[in-house]
Amino acid sequence: MAESAGHAAVDIASAMVTAPIAPLDAIIIAPTLITLLFGSVLLMARKRPETQAPLGIVGLVFLTVATAGILARVATGGPLTMTMGSWLPPFGITFAVDALGASFAFVSSVVALVVGIFASRGLRRVESRYGFYPFLLLMMTGVCNAFLTGDIFNLYVWFEVMLIASFGLIVLGNSKEQLDGAVRYAVLNLLAAAFFLTATGYLYGALGTLNMAEIAIKLREGVPGMPINTITALYILGFGMKAAAFPVAFWLPASYHTPSPSAGAVFAGLLTKVGAYALLRTLIMLMPSEEALYDTFLTALAIGTMLLGSLGAMAHSDFRRILGYLVISGIGVILAGLAIGTAEGLAGGIFYAFHSMIVMSALYLASGLIGQLGGSQDLRKLGGLYGASPLLAGLTLTLVFSVSALPPFSGFWAKILVTEAAMVNGGWWLAGIVLGTGLLNALASGRAFTQIFWRGGPAGTPDGAEKSVPGEIAREDRLVLFGSLAALTLMSLGIGLWPSPLMRLAEAGAAGLLDPTLYIRAVFGGAS
Amino acid sequence: MEGPLALLVGCFFASAIYLMLSDSLIRILLGVTILSNAVNLLIFTAGRIVKEVPPIIPEDAMVPPIATANPLPQALILTAIVISFSFFAFLLVLVFRTYQGLGTDKTGKMHMAEEPGDPVPPRGY
Repeated sequence: MAESAGHAAVDIASAMVTAPIAPLDAIIIAPTLITLLFGSVLLMARKRPETQAPLGIVGLVFLTVATAGILARVATGGPLTMTMGSWLPPFGITFAVDALGASFAFVSSVVALVVGIFASRGLRRVESRYGFYPFLLLMMTGVCNAFLTGDIFNLYVWFEVMLIASFGLIVLGNSKEQLDGAVRYAVLNLLAAAFFLTATGYLYGALGTLNMAEIAIKLREGVPGMPINTITALYILGFGMKAAAFPVAFWLPASYHTPSPSAGAVFAGLLTKVGAYALLRTLIMLMPSEEALYDTFLTALAIGTMLLGSLGAMAHSDFRRILGYLVISGIGVILAGLAIGTAEGLAGGIFYAFHSMIVMSALYLASGLIGQLGGSQDLRKLGGLYGASPLLAGLTLTLVFSVSALPPFSGFWAKILVTEAAMVNGGWWLAGIVLGTGLLNALASGRAFTQIFWRGGPAGTPDGAEKSVPGEIAREDRLVLFGSLAALTLMSLGIGLWPSPLMRLAEAGAAGLLDPTLYIRAVFGGAS
Repeated sequence: MEGPLALLVGCFFASAIYLMLSDSLIRILLGVTILSNAVNLLIFTAGRIVKEVPPIIPEDAMVPPIATANPLPQALILTAIVISFSFFAFLLVLVFRTYQGLGTDKTGKMHMAEEPGDPVPPRGY
């Protein structure tokens, strides 16, 4: 090379990663490539609606396989990293994934795949014409990469990728409710992103780095005179808004019930969990001492979120809005795990996030089928659907049990973990509220179930006077619609009956957050 | 330079929040735009304002001979500007479409998604 001829040798190896990474480790960017490729191909094929669903589902299958590969690689070989442009960390943008990120990415791709299959029959024509699948794939680019990135500014970029695609999804269909809901959703989420970026700007000003591993090192060593309280508070506010935590959660029930059931399902399952993941990552891994400082505050947030969600679910009569409040209540449990902050508490919160992704998506899909059969989402106008579809009733009842955390369904184990950790470390009253909101959720969702399925007809109809049901689900659609709903329900049941694999993952994720040595070594040791 | 810029950022934040507290969608939109500009300026200020040359290495050297300016804040802001600009474009279309669809740009009158005075859910079975 020319440099080495003319000048005293500068060791490029000290600034650049010269060793190629192992070919299999390149799998860390597979989700990005797959979703961007399929998203853009789907956009090009927008004039041919018949290709959208098959292509989109193929893309989601590839994505699921890729994230499963990442998870398998992380489970056997520890955290996986790749730095863009061969720059040495912390200069290049790093992709870094540990057990937590890999498992979140895997569970979200599975949920997205099932929802994508449901949507192949569950969409109205206008929604598939105007690009449901491209938006879904591009949203998954943002969701997966938010879990895989190791750079905090890059995290902001993936948040925005996810956000703009979700704006597309929420207005598909173009009804007045959707426009109204989309304005609330868009403005408040942009505000949250601005707070997140502000905090990142301060963090960069104080530390001079954006690499999460280096931030974790520097903050553990302690930097005198940096505005760490401001930064932490801004992160809690920004991510809390994204995750729909207590005082800043009202955009969620105002907007999530407006899009089509398929879009609502991915929103409820995935988007709030990305906010929760970011809170876990920043508060526990990056600034652990600050988490201890904010303990009481976070506990109050968790309690407020759980109570707001459960009481809101009690107070509403629109089934999908009830579900929106149940999502918030679940976020409260994750925050409780975060506020407890011990390995057990965090594992419980992470496990609850997995459970909530699967069960809330399934409930939104169920609400779509209920709306199709009963012609409404209003509990007053619904009734007698058990006669129309005992299968749907059975699946919904299973999900109602799961969201109320009754054994043997997935929510049960997560709540056991959080409650146990709260008894040991967070106080009996926190444990009591975790259990009490489970009871309130059982009341709210159980009431919705009995009124939708068991009552003879709409409100005021006497029992036994079976009324004909307005809607019907076409015979050729039944297999796909009920099959995908049943798949998610069985997953919840499967986790409930055999929780140990997922629980080990959650524990590994929590351990990685509390002691990021392996993560840091993977980022900085990757160069040698 | 940091002092005046910090003041400017503060003014931007204040006026953005003032505008976003309004009940008219277009003012909220302007508030969001000013807010994103405030954040961009904040990153710029937090990245140290110095009178240094750009980090260009002379042809015959391997490392810059003098202290150079940090290019990273500019790269960050450029990314943030592109993102906030695209969001502004989207929001503008969304707000215009909402105005067409709902016939109002006053947030107080927009309650298609959340009906005011929702009756209590049925208690009986």
